[in-house]
Amino acid sequence: MSAPSYRELTVNGLWKNNPALVQLLGLCPLLGVSNSAVNALGLGLATMLVLTCSNIGVSLVRGVVNTAVRLPAFVMIIAALTTCIELLMQAFTYELYQILGIFIPLITTNCVILGRADGFAAKHNPLIAGFDGLVMGIGFCLVLVVLGGLRELFGTGALFANMHLLFGPIAADWQITLFSDYKGFLLAILPPGAFIVLGLLIALKNRIDQQLAERARATQPAAPATSRRVRVTGVIE
Amino acid sequence: MALPRITSPHAKGPSRTQRVMLLVLAATLPGVIVLTWLYGAGTLINMAWACAAALGFEAAILKLRQRPVGFFLRDGSVLVTAVLLALALPPYSPWWLTLIATGCAVVFGKQLYGGLGQNPFNPAMIGYVVVLISFPVEMTTWPVPHSVGLGAGLQHILGIASLPDGWTQATALDVLKVNKSLTIDELWSNPAFGHFGGIGSEVVNLAFLAGGLFLLHKRLFSWHAPVGMLAALVVMSLVFWNGSGSDSNGSPLFHLLSGATMLGAFFIVTDPVSSATSSLGRLIFGVGVGILVYVIRAWGGYPDGVAFGVLLMNLAAPTIDYYTRPRTYGHRKAERGLKLGE
Repeated sequence: MSAPSYRELTVNGLWKNNPALVQLLGLCPLLGVSNSAVNALGLGLATMLVLTCSNIGVSLVRGVVNTAVRLPAFVMIIAALTTCIELLMQAFTYELYQILGIFIPLITTNCVILGRADGFAAKHNPLIAGFDGLVMGIGFCLVLVVLGGLRELFGTGALFANMHLLFGPIAADWQITLFSDYKGFLLAILPPGAFIVLGLLIALKNRIDQQLAERARATQPAAPATSRRVRVTGVIE
Repeated sequence: MALPRITSPHAKGPSRTQRVMLLVLAATLPGVIVLTWLYGAGTLINMAWACAAALGFEAAILKLRQRPVGFFLRDGSVLVTAVLLALALPPYSPWWLTLIATGCAVVFGKQLYGGLGQNPFNPAMIGYVVVLISFPVEMTTWPVPHSVGLGAGLQHILGIASLPDGWTQATALDVLKVNKSLTIDELWSNPAFGHFGGIGSEVVNLAFLAGGLFLLHKRLFSWHAPVGMLAALVVMSLVFWNGSGSDSNGSPLFHLLSGATMLGAFFIVTDPVSSATSSLGRLIFGVGVGILVYVIRAWGGYPDGVAFGVLLMNLAAPTIDYYTRPRTYGHRKAERGLKLGE
């Protein structure tokens, strides 16, 4: 299989084949922790790191692992990396580690990671596999942060609260309060809000794609007229 | 000579949807009048604002969906949704509360599923539940009957000033739910209680009962769903009626005449789109709602459960339809499940 170009991989990871908006993989953490921007960013970065490293790891062992036992082997690699991330977060961002809770170990079972490991990394060299993991991770992380930010904004009327959990004391006053006497739209913070906002994001993406396609069709020169043949079957218009 | 060739049907009826919707709107009149008598113009303002907002949302989303705007606005279904929602909200609700509820009902509850006739859930109840779980404080403060004047009410609607504490109270169902120490006889002297049910809400329920009976007389819906719901509520409250001690769940009459019982039984459960299809199915649907309403009122986290009960049974409606498909004449009843003895 010929390796895709870096440009192609980037477009795929960030937009055309975005793991969260198009493949709809890894929805459990996506919906579970996206109730604020800081939670979303924390888990997004952790997932991105694991995804990049696991793609490299899987690609390195792809020649020596028997096809029949490849999935357990891949999961072992991913689980080892997730454990590293979990210990790192416990050491450096302890409060965020406590808030994210079970969702950090659950990165192991994130379908995006196993999907990229088996679907891409097992067939390509470490360099390009690592790059694919990175852009896929960035695509996932971006959607997660946008989702978390929107839910936080709708739910509490503010953005980037508690960023010091991730970035230390310098980020303590990063909170932007857009509406001062906001009542708090609780639904956005609750799980249904995640489904609704994600649905709206997917609809928005599809709409943008549709418009881009229409524009491309409009700028393209019309197909040259060829000989017309009488239609004998099909719908009469 | 050219004769015009016209095929059947030759009789042309009026716009049926529009007629049905107008009848439903007319049937809410007794309830609207009683609510206005009790709480002043609050209900009317709620209704006017909800209708305006609903028409606006419907027009906007129809335009986005590239559907004929005028045709769908004229059928009146969105007005019924808005009016039912406005009747369920507390009088003098803040303007943004009504706006969010109506928007969620029309956009998320109805149009995103495909518009009239396609929605699996009752749109008015979707809107109601969204604001109920998002803004519990605003949704559970009902004004005391005959207390709020128009000026104070308008200030509350516009968010300039909130209603004074003395003018608002918890509903009777709420009082009964949080009550730990008083017996039922002592509770009847609580200002939230009237003669049979909650103060105010007992009269409102009777008014909605009258409107519902009018619709039943006009044969807009069959008796199955409302009777099923009310019967299930009565049976449940009889079975679990543990006397008049401080842990009492309330008498059957109290449950029939409190909260949104009658509004739900005759205006929400009878929704032809989101409920079951066959007569037996509608009976089961109504019974399910009745049981859920009682379960939520007696042991759930919210004082009233009509909205949640209806939405949960909406989820079950396709399954009910599957198991209650009527037998076609000349055919045996279809066997379901595992085929035995073959």
